[in-house]
Amino acid sequence: MTRVFALIGALMLSASLVAQQAPDRSKPPAPGPAPSLKVPPVQKRTLSNGLNVWVVEMHEVPVVDVTAIVKSGAAADPTGKYGLASFTAAMLDEGAGSRDALQLSDAIDFLGASLSTGSSWDSSSVNLHAMVSKIDAALPIFADVLLHPAFSQSEMDRVRKQRLTSLLQTRDNASALASASFARAVFGPRHRYGTPSIGNEVSNGEMTVSELKQFHSTYYQPQNAYLLVVGDITPDAIMPKLEKALGAWKNVGTVPKPTLPATPQHGAREIILVDKPGAAQSAIRMGWVGVARSTADYFVLDVMNTVLGGSFTSRLNMNLREDKGYAYGASSSFDMRGTAGPFVAAANVQTDKTVESLTEFFKELEGMKTPLSRPDLTRARNLEALSFPGAFETTSGVASNLAELAVYGLPESFFSEYVPKIQAVSVADVERAAKQYLQSDKFAVVVVGDLAKIEKGIRAANFAPVRVVTVDEVLK
Amino acid sequence: MPLKKPLLAMAMAAVLILPTAAQQAAAPPAGAAPKLSVPYTKFTLANGLTVILHEDHSVPQVAVNVWYHVGSSREKFGRTGFAHLFEHLMFEGSKNVKEGEFDTLLEAAGGSNNGSTTTDRTNYYEQLPSNALDLALFLESDRMGYLLDVVTPKLVDGQRDVVKNERRQSYENAPYGQAQIKMTELMYPKEHPYHWPVIGYMEDLTAATHEDVQEFFKKYYAPGNASLVIAGDINPAEARKRVEYWFGDVKGGTKVEPLAVPPATLSGVIKETLTDKVQLPRIYLSWHSPALYQPGDAELDILSGVLGSGKNSRLYKRLVYDLQLAQDVTAAQISARYGSRYLIMVTARPSPDPYEKTLERIKGIVDEELDKLRATPPDAREVERVKNGYEAGFFSQMEQIAAKADQLNAYYFATGNPDYFATDLARYQRLTPQDIQNVLKTYLLPDKRLELSVVPDAKKTEGGR
Repeated sequence: MTRVFALIGALMLSASLVAQQAPDRSKPPAPGPAPSLKVPPVQKRTLSNGLNVWVVEMHEVPVVDVTAIVKSGAAADPTGKYGLASFTAAMLDEGAGSRDALQLSDAIDFLGASLSTGSSWDSSSVNLHAMVSKIDAALPIFADVLLHPAFSQSEMDRVRKQRLTSLLQTRDNASALASASFARAVFGPRHRYGTPSIGNEVSNGEMTVSELKQFHSTYYQPQNAYLLVVGDITPDAIMPKLEKALGAWKNVGTVPKPTLPATPQHGAREIILVDKPGAAQSAIRMGWVGVARSTADYFVLDVMNTVLGGSFTSRLNMNLREDKGYAYGASSSFDMRGTAGPFVAAANVQTDKTVESLTEFFKELEGMKTPLSRPDLTRARNLEALSFPGAFETTSGVASNLAELAVYGLPESFFSEYVPKIQAVSVADVERAAKQYLQSDKFAVVVVGDLAKIEKGIRAANFAPVRVVTVDEVLK
Repeated sequence: MPLKKPLLAMAMAAVLILPTAAQQAAAPPAGAAPKLSVPYTKFTLANGLTVILHEDHSVPQVAVNVWYHVGSSREKFGRTGFAHLFEHLMFEGSKNVKEGEFDTLLEAAGGSNNGSTTTDRTNYYEQLPSNALDLALFLESDRMGYLLDVVTPKLVDGQRDVVKNERRQSYENAPYGQAQIKMTELMYPKEHPYHWPVIGYMEDLTAATHEDVQEFFKKYYAPGNASLVIAGDINPAEARKRVEYWFGDVKGGTKVEPLAVPPATLSGVIKETLTDKVQLPRIYLSWHSPALYQPGDAELDILSGVLGSGKNSRLYKRLVYDLQLAQDVTAAQISARYGSRYLIMVTARPSPDPYEKTLERIKGIVDEELDKLRATPPDAREVERVKNGYEAGFFSQMEQIAAKADQLNAYYFATGNPDYFATDLARYQRLTPQDIQNVLKTYLLPDKRLELSVVPDAKKTEGGR
């Protein structure tokens, strides 16, 4: 039904009369005009040490989310020290300031707060989420974790065992093995992106306290960081508290910029098989070098990928799941980083349909080079544009949107321009992008599965040259 | 698939009454806890559908959430997994919605959707821009009223294959996946509806027929066996009219008889060992425990925090932090409508000892820690720490309209009162260390429990070392 009927209903008809009227189900009700997104204003301040503080007020729920974003992550790991950014971040809350690891954990837990530390390819972060009534007590602990981590030898040795055990458990998980194998196939062992951000067994085994301290002092500097504060606070109320907690944080020297080389594009299709005896499904990952976050094609690729594998109704999912029933789901994504990260299409498919699934993947990738239908384009643009306000629903959602601006140096106008730029993407744009970015005849194709059942068929299908790789080689 | 209750009640969404300007003027003194409440309007249509509306204009979106009060516990012998397979069919179109259109229409409007099935209920939900509320109501009402007009054997076959692949992905090809299935089989007798897994057995999925679909829909998908929540950017009076418009013509059905659930008790220790393609051995200890919201349920949630949440929790500190024998520890009250399970799960670190010996040692330490609590209640500070985490979790989950909508339905189904948030939180806040000790002594009996071990397959595989 239409919006007009709703208005008449409101003005003239009683509820019972409306209830008795049979609904018009002859066609789906067309949505009314889309509500406009009220992007919450970002209030920008600085501390006396120059640290940029971005504050967004959200007063619906009495919670506050505080994030320190350091603009260096795994991409800054030195060669041979893969996992250094990740290990450094993991150690921040294992004792800091006057508290040892247990005391720190107890203090945070007792406040009902959550404090987490972590790193990605391009950033490291400390996040605090707490009731606003507990923020005064929690901020000094947050500041200790960011500024004064202990990096104690015994705690590092303990965390090291935890990390090595996690790496061992990768062998249990077909999806994790497939992802690691795919990254290695596209970027090689010498490019940072060719090894998981956590690093490998050797690098985690060798890392030292002094290397962690060095990484921390080099990169965790106010000039290389942003503080994002979102929630039931005002800038005027929170700034003096932040100044007290973090004002003593000082710059100590120039922050090196990561110098990851551009990766040569994957040249020819190849198939890499990894054996997982008895596996009920084959984990498929295929793709090549995609784009950096700075790509001029950001919005085009957003729409293109939504059509290909970024939504439930995407072609890969509709084909492999809904039409063929080979998989529980299929998807694709561009992992946009400081330099060009991977494009990957993925599904876990039933073992006896592995060859058929690969055929369908290639078919859908090639099909993207044919111009999209109007409804396909409209649906993808609308999904991305109209669902955008949902990203601003929670304090942590707003914070992660702000973090992307901070890490990649994007203008705040990114938020207000998002919807019009998505809606401006054309059929021709997508066609051009598909021809440029989806050349599946050059992809690396990884299949982790029961080779006794699938290898022969894959070779016979002649998709491309096939090589078998051991798990040890993948995780080396 | 089944929603699992996390360690802390973070999944238990809660809603804060929004402090309006007037309320702020009369704000409670600093330090007083903010009050938990979610204002709602509830009414019932002539066909029996219960409707709950909640207004929240934080973002220009609405959450639509429908609960059908049927889960895998209503399945027939030989048709396990059917409630969940049926859930999949609900997305394949209805009389006035062509196959595939359910998703394409929602996506074109900027909406997302999904559903899930547990032992006790099946839910369906959309989140979409508030201007498209009518679309969600059209889709939900059409499948509630007119699903059977379009379900064909071919459609059932298609989703049968998808669900089988869901089972392969989530259980057969997932590390420790078979243990999840084995646990309820060992805990519950065959005739108990929690005996079989929600995902079902492969042969039962194969056996499901088009006739089963018709029977199940007529029996359990009538509006009187469902409740609809709309939360978000709505005007409740307007939204009520739209609900009456779209759902008014859906025919009522017959009343669903209460489920007769046989008792489930353990009379001794059940020991079983599975092998799996994993690197590390793991032990599961499990007991029967009080049903969701029954006395003892909240106490066991707090016990879980004392045992397994945070570095200072007793099992984590001893096994993972101090001795470094374990990679992870889980302690959880897995609450359900007709009775719960209490679970302690520990994954061992690599060790030169035989797997069985490693697990025996870990089990001995778990028992030592439980014995300490049987002898002396937890410290007041330990209990306070866990309670504070619960309180914060209740408030944080209020940030999402979808979480609020689902919790309103959950509370309504369990208690008849959608706005049960404050009462629920109070269940935790009133507990004393003595209360926690009491449930431990009452329910976690050392001589009446399941002890399930998973050990790595002895055959060295390519994935092993």
